[in-house]
Amino acid sequence: MSSTHFSSQNGAGGPPYANGPSQNPVALQPPGPGYMAHQTPYNPMQGKGPMPPGPGLYNSGPYQPIPPVSSNQALPVQPMLNRPPMGHPHSMTPPQSASPGPGSRMPPAHATPPPVSANNYQHAPAPAWQYGGTPPMGAPPSMGAPPPMAMPPFRPVGNHMTSSPSLATPQASLAEYSAAPPVFHNATQPLGPPTTLQGYTQQGSAPLPMNPMAAPHSYQPGMRAPYGGPPPSVRPTPPTTGPPMGNANPPLGPKTDGHMPTPGNGAQVPNSFDHLEMGPTMAGPVPPQQPGPPTRHMGLSYPSLPPGYQNTSAPPNTATMHHPMQPSTQPYSHAPQPYQQPSAGPAQLSPSLAGLSLQSQTPESLRVVNLLQERNLLPPGPVTPPTPCLPQDLQKINCHPEVFRSTLTSIPQTQSLLNKAKLPLGLLLHPFKDLSQLPVVTSSTIVRCRSCRTYINPFVSFLDQRRWKCNLCYRVNDVPEEFMYNPVSRSYGEPHKRPEVQNATIEFIAPSEYMLRPPQPAVYLFVLDVSHNAVETGYLDVVCQSLLENINALPGDSRTKIGFITFDSTIHFYNLQEGLSQPQMLIVSDIDDIFLPTPDSLLVNLNECKELVQDLLKSLPQMFGKTMETQCALGPALQAAFKLLSATGGRVSIFQTQLPSLGVGALKSREDPNQRASAKDIQHLSPATDFYKKLALDCSGQQVAVDLFLLSSQYCDLASLGCISRYSAGSVYYYPSYHQQHNPAGVECFQKDLKRYLTRKIGFEAVMRIRCSKGLSIHTFHGNFFVRSTDLLSLPNVNPDAGFAVQMSIEENLVDMQSVSFQAALLYTSSKGERRIRVHTMCLPVVNSLSDIFAGADVQAITGLLASMAVDRSVTASLSDARDAMTNASIDSLTSFRTSVLTIQQPGLLAPACLRLFPLYILALLKQKAFRTGTSTRLDDRVFAMCQLKYQPLAYVMLMIHPALYRVDDLTDEGSLNVSERIVPQPRVQQLSVEKLSRDGAFLMDAGSVIYLWIGRNCNPNFLTQVLGVPDYAAVPPNMNMLPELDTAESQRTRAFVGWLREQRPFFPILHVIRDESPLKASFLQNMVEDRTESALSYYEFLLHVQQQVSK
Amino acid sequence: MEAAVFVLSLVDCCALIFLAVYFVITLSDLECDYINARACCSKLNRWVVPELVGQALSTVLMLVSLHWFVFLLNLPVAAWNMYRVWKVPMGNMGVFDPTEIHNRGQLKSHMKESMIKLGFHLLCFFIYLYSMILALIND
Repeated sequence: MSSTHFSSQNGAGGPPYANGPSQNPVALQPPGPGYMAHQTPYNPMQGKGPMPPGPGLYNSGPYQPIPPVSSNQALPVQPMLNRPPMGHPHSMTPPQSASPGPGSRMPPAHATPPPVSANNYQHAPAPAWQYGGTPPMGAPPSMGAPPPMAMPPFRPVGNHMTSSPSLATPQASLAEYSAAPPVFHNATQPLGPPTTLQGYTQQGSAPLPMNPMAAPHSYQPGMRAPYGGPPPSVRPTPPTTGPPMGNANPPLGPKTDGHMPTPGNGAQVPNSFDHLEMGPTMAGPVPPQQPGPPTRHMGLSYPSLPPGYQNTSAPPNTATMHHPMQPSTQPYSHAPQPYQQPSAGPAQLSPSLAGLSLQSQTPESLRVVNLLQERNLLPPGPVTPPTPCLPQDLQKINCHPEVFRSTLTSIPQTQSLLNKAKLPLGLLLHPFKDLSQLPVVTSSTIVRCRSCRTYINPFVSFLDQRRWKCNLCYRVNDVPEEFMYNPVSRSYGEPHKRPEVQNATIEFIAPSEYMLRPPQPAVYLFVLDVSHNAVETGYLDVVCQSLLENINALPGDSRTKIGFITFDSTIHFYNLQEGLSQPQMLIVSDIDDIFLPTPDSLLVNLNECKELVQDLLKSLPQMFGKTMETQCALGPALQAAFKLLSATGGRVSIFQTQLPSLGVGALKSREDPNQRASAKDIQHLSPATDFYKKLALDCSGQQVAVDLFLLSSQYCDLASLGCISRYSAGSVYYYPSYHQQHNPAGVECFQKDLKRYLTRKIGFEAVMRIRCSKGLSIHTFHGNFFVRSTDLLSLPNVNPDAGFAVQMSIEENLVDMQSVSFQAALLYTSSKGERRIRVHTMCLPVVNSLSDIFAGADVQAITGLLASMAVDRSVTASLSDARDAMTNASIDSLTSFRTSVLTIQQPGLLAPACLRLFPLYILALLKQKAFRTGTSTRLDDRVFAMCQLKYQPLAYVMLMIHPALYRVDDLTDEGSLNVSERIVPQPRVQQLSVEKLSRDGAFLMDAGSVIYLWIGRNCNPNFLTQVLGVPDYAAVPPNMNMLPELDTAESQRTRAFVGWLREQRPFFPILHVIRDESPLKASFLQNMVEDRTESALSYYEFLLHVQQQVSK
Repeated sequence: MEAAVFVLSLVDCCALIFLAVYFVITLSDLECDYINARACCSKLNRWVVPELVGQALSTVLMLVSLHWFVFLLNLPVAAWNMYRVWKVPMGNMGVFDPTEIHNRGQLKSHMKESMIKLGFHLLCFFIYLYSMILALIND
């Protein structure tokens, strides 16, 4: 047995993955005096906010050597002979050239010769890297220096205090809310396309898409006016007769109650807030619409609902509804009742209660399973995360596991206990997930801990009315005066009822202290490969068409800017200045010294120049139709893009189809196709050059994110190219063998992805800080970002499809603590130019016995984290090392369970019920594209799978690792869900083994980004005719990618099921209908992870291997 | 002659001590979040090669002056320095890589390494000083 381990499993271990490196505890401490000398504020979020990259700050660095004059003479450009005219293609005039060519419409200033224009960027060579964290001298004077630390974090009385009397006047609730200055509203997050994951809403409840157009607006009069229409998300008070919040009898359906005038009645005001705060689900939970078994009820925080990942019936903040503290009938008294606060912090956690709930849970998750005997381990539905054993009132408001999840839901007290358990400790986050409802708070002061800067959250404890104790650093803080007023109930002295203290996921609209420069506009730059190879694939049509269709749906406001760059062996810019009759193409052929020909008209306001942009998009696909240029200068194009965006920040989308071959960043093919299957160890998983990494870090510093779309048929060295996105917090999309004619399925997938990409929510100039209770520290990060300091991630862009993971270690023993908390705070600029902070807080119990740790293990989260760790390991060490480490992870944890937890030794391979899927998942990982050996896997495919494992949210990663197999030829309505008036059947999840396939059936395999429908040879003819619309098996077309819309019950059921699967994720999985002869059958069968292949063990063999090691 | 060798080693050793202190200070600045990872790494990477040269110089000096014990003392450190530079992956920006320094406890191990080197150089300093004085007296 190899001795390779992730060292978090084997205790002290070697340096990589070591569990105990001290990450900087100082970050959590109050800044020392020396600190202030160095850096203005230690304000963890704001102090490190984005630095405005004024032109003076721009450090052209190594990429912009001033060209010698002679080289500029060579610079003027070929006059584009074979390209259709489009304005006049302008070449840049060399300095020596007497005058610009006739007909040039370029203003003289723009014709500045390169050295001059380059000079603009060269004043400040000194600071190599401007972060918010650098000394303030670096900051341009124009931008207000960040507020000093000493700034009173809590302003005195907020303005709403003064205006509160007026609030008592009876009014129609709509008006009332718009008059209330501290706005708590229930903003519906921009719902995005219908595929939005419906995080907190009930699948079946109709109110979900209640206001698709409602961006998160607050209803301050005059403040949001420019952006929003009438605030649709206001939930006025329904006439309250019964318990106002009772979900059992809402008087009205969700759609109508939005327009119900409220009887003006002071006593009802609190109720109306509750509706406001609880959002659509709350406002109109109509019992008949509630799908699923009757056991699901709203009070359960994370009920184990079968369908899908998003199917929790109650948002965490629903807890408020059942809050004992909000007696529904009584008008809110002003009397402070701080001690009844149920969401008391850890100090008030009753140990006996915790113990009680623990015991009631223990039997199931710790039930011993003999893996060798129990064959069918998969639950019929999706695997649900374990519920932390917290007192119920805390658990109810805890963060949703889709957003924030820990590998161990019970945190061990000491590092040595953790080492004994041999399970990795870490967090998996999906912080910017599309949430269908999210409480948003506008308030002039955001209450945070004075020493560790934690945002106030449901797990703090109020010592008395005036003081609260931070749950991360345990410092006692004052409750600011403003916070004493509860705008919910319009009462004073109930700080524990503020929405901040009632919701584990909340969003603040940040005041100006959180800005280091005015919020940037949404800026989009598209960089398109137009070399011969690219034109051949025909992707330009799709991109331009998608952009044309979605140009109005691009997130942004009136300031949105857009620009285009195309490149082959030269770089082409497009002048889209308002007033031009058609777009002007400007060509820069000097790729060794990229400069911007007309710096201020390449990036234009989308609204003002929309027609020109549309013209360009219409003509672009034809413009390069006859190009014979095969070279491609990606590096210089990226440099140009960086230069163009460095003043504002924004998003660069690169479309690349081949290995970059010219200029800086040129790469060579490193893959030997013949070695794919036979190679003992996989080489070239790490980048070949540091160019892309350096550029990505430059981009990250200027708040530019780069998203890479790789559409290629040959090797493109994704390992090197991917760095550009990885460190600038972009995303990578990869479409192998993309071709317009030859690969229609790929084209469709690209189209759908592109639509989602263009229209999804986006946050700019973001930073995320992950804080954890004293004693815990983060030592490794996984995902796409740059770790700027010990706990701060720099995210130039953040998108709703990005997941993150961190590994943690226990630095100090957590002996006196009942629970620990984790807080992720994401500060970003919304596409509407608002600075917002999204805060997620999770609370977990601390335990001191191994059996409790095992009882709380979350097998999916563990698998996801191990996968990320294994990716790191295969890059830093080797693939075989990573594979061994994964195998050992399962062996070690089961050994530990056997020796330390089990009292009675039985024969067989014993696992606790909560970890019964662990060996299966590990085996699935070993057979995953990223880690498999012995099978021919293209290097790019492998690297892409690795990227995905690292930055996809857990739900999608799990499908990639262990696809779900359903039998679909006999779908029935039994146990089906009702999703927006469609009946969605819920077939049982089958084991991934060929033995489960039968020739007379049809099976659907959901592998995340692709869905296979396998048709057995003797498939029920009824299914063939009614669902596929073909007379017999032989007539199933070879390349079938969609189900025909037939008017039969079977067809409707199947389509409803496939549609429902697709809706659960933001990307579009392609459906492949495959028969026995289909070429795709191989990839279908490769997903059958329980079966034996030439190079890999079957599940049973793997279990035997594990057992052998365990009982050693 | 021998005295000259030790004087030279002493000067070299002083430089190395200063360098080690500089490494420790810069790394602890990063640990305390006073500077950002990129600035820190570019500062440190600049001095990796000079450190290597300095260490190699004193090793070679000891070799040519045939002080076997001190030579063998210096050799592993010089070899380690070279190995470290040699092993930098192609995609990394030097021995200290800003994107990885916060991962997998690298910061801590770099810190530990610098501390050990500091101790080693101090030890060497006194050995050279002693040998130099001895050499001067013998002259």
